[in-house]
Amino acid sequence: MDRYLLFVSTACFLVAIGHTVLELRGKVFRPMRFNFAAVGLGFIFQTAFLYVRGHAVGRCPITNLFEVIIFVAWSVALFYMVVGPTYRLSLMGAFTAPLVVVLQLVALLAPIDHPHPVKVHANSWLEFHASISLVAYGAFALACIAGVMYLVQERQLKTHQIHSIFYHLPPLTVLFAAITRLLWWGFALYTVGLFSGFFVGEPLPWIQIICAVAVWVLYGLILQGRYLHWFAPKRVAALCVVGFSAALTLLWGITFTVQTHTR
Amino acid sequence: MNLFCVGLSHHTADVETLERFGGNAEVSCLLRDSGCVEAVLLATCNRVEVYGASESRVSTLDVARCLDRKIAGGVLAEAAPFYRYEDTQCVRHLFRVACGVDSMVIGETEILGQAKRAYEAARANGGAGRYLHRLFQRAFRVAKHVRTHTDITRGAVSVGSVAIDLAQKIFGNLGACKALVLGAGETSEKTARALVSRGVTDVRISNRSAERADNLAQSITGQAIRFENWLDQCREIDILVTSTSSEVPLLSRSQLEPMLRERIDRPLFIIDIAVPRNVDANVNALDGVYLYDIDSLQSIAEQALAMRREQVAVAEQIIAEHVAEFDELIARGINRVPVTPEHPPVGESSLRPSEL
Repeated sequence: MDRYLLFVSTACFLVAIGHTVLELRGKVFRPMRFNFAAVGLGFIFQTAFLYVRGHAVGRCPITNLFEVIIFVAWSVALFYMVVGPTYRLSLMGAFTAPLVVVLQLVALLAPIDHPHPVKVHANSWLEFHASISLVAYGAFALACIAGVMYLVQERQLKTHQIHSIFYHLPPLTVLFAAITRLLWWGFALYTVGLFSGFFVGEPLPWIQIICAVAVWVLYGLILQGRYLHWFAPKRVAALCVVGFSAALTLLWGITFTVQTHTR
Repeated sequence: MNLFCVGLSHHTADVETLERFGGNAEVSCLLRDSGCVEAVLLATCNRVEVYGASESRVSTLDVARCLDRKIAGGVLAEAAPFYRYEDTQCVRHLFRVACGVDSMVIGETEILGQAKRAYEAARANGGAGRYLHRLFQRAFRVAKHVRTHTDITRGAVSVGSVAIDLAQKIFGNLGACKALVLGAGETSEKTARALVSRGVTDVRISNRSAERADNLAQSITGQAIRFENWLDQCREIDILVTSTSSEVPLLSRSQLEPMLRERIDRPLFIIDIAVPRNVDANVNALDGVYLYDIDSLQSIAEQALAMRREQVAVAEQIIAEHVAEFDELIARGINRVPVTPEHPPVGESSLRPSEL
């Protein structure tokens, strides 16, 4: 039953993508209201799914890789709902929807929705640690999307090849400010998540700790590099994309080892 | 009631002819002498048009005479290539004009303001009544619709506005930007004034002749910089405009690269409008530097114009829908005026195709 909610949510995000593609093909892109509404509706169904699944498992629904991926997708949509209108990054919806759809389709199509092998008792510190870290992933994902938007615009400016989409992108400096803020939000949340892990009261596998610290160090270095002028904005944007890809891989590693560890 | 439009535009007449007819045009004679019930004159540098509503047919010659009293009947055909649209064609033409589809620069928005002013002027002097009121109000709505639902007004189509638009795409609000204009000639002055008009408050001028730099800086409330020191300014400025007559590049990659390390998180937008170019093309390869010369600005203006042309078909479709709606409205009768001999309905039968 709960998977149907996820199908409907995915359909909403697909509608947002379809709308964007049609608009871009017609070169009449007006993304603001429709995309925001479609992503908002998708977000509501995601939330409903997490609520229903949470009731079913009796705790925060991040007990297997399937649920973790959906939680990350929900965090991405959540951050878009907050950040998109705030920074007037209307086009961000057009970039956000594909990422959410990919995450949800992978979760729905891959055979990864197995019930947890052993009954995991609710541990509030563990749930806080895991959920806040995954919300931080939402901020990193949106920084990655803003990074892609930055790179697209930067390339068009450098090559002097200005396409229709260029006129809908926010100014470079505004995008870079948004990237910086998202990195800070993600890093702060992730730091809270990481340190709350010390209060879990259960032994965690070393590989999991190493992966979690690696993501923290990675984003810490990106922020450090940004403020110490090690990297130009273009490189920061590129590192946001690389960083999120690496963080997703490490997240898979963390979830996989958790499942193996509890068997 | 017969709706018509008689006019001249850049499509059919040269500038001299447009100036002759547009210079002292007025339409009160139409209302006074030729049985025209309502008339609006739209006179811009690219078109002179009279939109009218009349009980009986008003000839093109009558309109032309009104526009220029010196016209003799027999010489009209040679004197000016007037066009004439009636009823549905007139409605379509006004909608196209208001949307900028018929303009010399497709999608320009100035025409809408001019049409609004023309309508307001006619309303003030009693020239625009309920027929032209409905027609013009609908034209303004169509223009807004087209502007919102197409990209016909997107992108700058002149070199100067392309440069300023790009600056806004890089920096957003230009109010906090610092700009240095290298050169104090006519082009530099125009660019400096354009920057000030777009909100740049910190404009610096540097020129080989310090006196000319001072004069220009004073006229735009900017700051003059000694020519020997202009390169140091690259550490702090955001926009550099070069327009000197130097035969050799004034700025090379090796000169700029060390300075960029101090300002790595701030982009530098360089507009090189000098011929030959003042800035070495390799500078564009540096991170955070966006170099545009006159050719690249021209190319973007052409790309934008091409994009606008692509949007004409979409705009025409919207216009066609509105024309059909307006025709239907006319057929049903404007304002549901009681049918009396003094106020005949504006129905299908009354909006007849008139003879050309």
